[in-house]
Amino acid sequence: MGPARRALIMSAAAAASTLLGGCSGPQSALDAAGVQAEHLQSLWWTFFAVTAAVYVIVMIVLLIALVRRKVSSANEEPDRKPEGPRENRVGNIVKGAVAVMVVTLFILMITSFRAGKAIDSLSSSPPKVVIKVTGHQWWWEIRYEDEANPSNDVSTANEIHVPLGTPVMVKLESADVIHSLWMPNMHGKRDLIPIHPTTIYFEADKPGIYWGQCAEFCGFQHAKMRFSVVAETREEFDSWLNAQRTAPSSPADTVAARGLELFKTGVCAQCHTVQGTSNGRVGPDLTHVASRPYIAAGSYQNTREHLAQWISDPQAIKPGIQMPMNQYSDEDLNSLVTYIESLK
Amino acid sequence: VKKTKIGVIIATAILLFSFAACEREERGFRVQPPDSNRTTLTRPTNFEAGQATTPTEFQNEYENNAFAMSEGKRLFSQMNCVGCHAHGGGAIGPALMDDKWIYGSQPDQIFSTIVEGRPNGMPSFRGKLPDYEIWQLAAYVRSLSGKASSNSAPGRDESLHMSTPENSVKGDKKKPLGSDSTTEAKP
Repeated sequence: MGPARRALIMSAAAAASTLLGGCSGPQSALDAAGVQAEHLQSLWWTFFAVTAAVYVIVMIVLLIALVRRKVSSANEEPDRKPEGPRENRVGNIVKGAVAVMVVTLFILMITSFRAGKAIDSLSSSPPKVVIKVTGHQWWWEIRYEDEANPSNDVSTANEIHVPLGTPVMVKLESADVIHSLWMPNMHGKRDLIPIHPTTIYFEADKPGIYWGQCAEFCGFQHAKMRFSVVAETREEFDSWLNAQRTAPSSPADTVAARGLELFKTGVCAQCHTVQGTSNGRVGPDLTHVASRPYIAAGSYQNTREHLAQWISDPQAIKPGIQMPMNQYSDEDLNSLVTYIESLK
Repeated sequence: VKKTKIGVIIATAILLFSFAACEREERGFRVQPPDSNRTTLTRPTNFEAGQATTPTEFQNEYENNAFAMSEGKRLFSQMNCVGCHAHGGGAIGPALMDDKWIYGSQPDQIFSTIVEGRPNGMPSFRGKLPDYEIWQLAAYVRSLSGKASSNSAPGRDESLHMSTPENSVKGDKKKPLGSDSTTEAKP
């Protein structure tokens, strides 16, 4: 093996492994973290293998045809007379190839049906956890409702928590236009359609934090409409849910108290809910906003700096959203951010 | 040679012409609102002591900005203006799509009506919205009776709406701004 050839093979292997590296990660349909995604993943690889094989075979046959073509000079009349036995042989090859193609397509179809049925099987048993997700331009409202005791309802945003190994039912609704919920590591896509509730069932089996994304173009900030899926043990999930159910503690110091005053009397309370303080229904619930690692639908980390920028000029970060720009003095902004940071 | 020259000129002209398409309607997300401090001169009525003064013209940039107008329309529902004024037709509060203005039809007069509130039920929205959003609301309110530019007034609704779209409301929009004081109701 010459050094040039070896280098070629090495670089091809490197390129292939880089490409395959793109298949794993917290937002990949080929890195299944649940039974549903596993079915989809094996279906995907089956289709990939079959279609890749077909592609290779077709390319080989095409190359053979190119190499073995008859060269005739321009003046010579091409010989169009069929040769009996050769014609028969070629005809049989074509018939055989058509039969193989039909059978292959049927096998692929049946595999696809079987995968679809397996994915659907979760919906037959009653779900242990029900989550209501409402799509807004451009964020996700997440609600955990307790039918027996509505005071236990939890409303959060852009963050879905699920216990491991538990079937979860997600009820999907839209407040404005059509959105689509897509958690690639968990399941396929499901559209959120105004005044037409849809549902999706999934189960997370591998702990971790995964990313989801709106998968139906829904307006100017469609790209910044992300959410995270936190798959955790039952104990972790229960303690998170209980923490979300408790009211936030009242401000500990005068700076945060001033922030609360600004929040209550100013523009914030018109659109945002903080349990026990305000009841705005336009923007995300901020009762435990400091417990969420991201703001602006998964676009920015939840830090003091980002919060301050967000409050004073959200239109610079996500132009076109409903939150207005607000002019606060540095001192007021500091108090407001301190108060919001205290909403653990 | 001459032919190529003409060809080059035509090609350049076409190219330049196609660049004009790049300059489409701008989504003016950050248009500067009018100076709210100027509304200190605003009178809620034309009825004044002594010699009558001509009201100063007040231009609200948002009346020429489609995004700002649609934001005004959204706020009109979200801030519950519809609760009293309905979708312009009036109910508990006066109608906004007619020619009658109790506290003036100028952009600054509408702005101060929203900010300060008015007797007999109109609450004050001071501090409940940033000033620029109140200017957006004021622009939309004027479009209800055809006082704003029909080029930028909303032409359709995100939801079911029974009335005519704001950009087809017949009003006195052809008159220059500020000349509509004659249409005001007598105090």
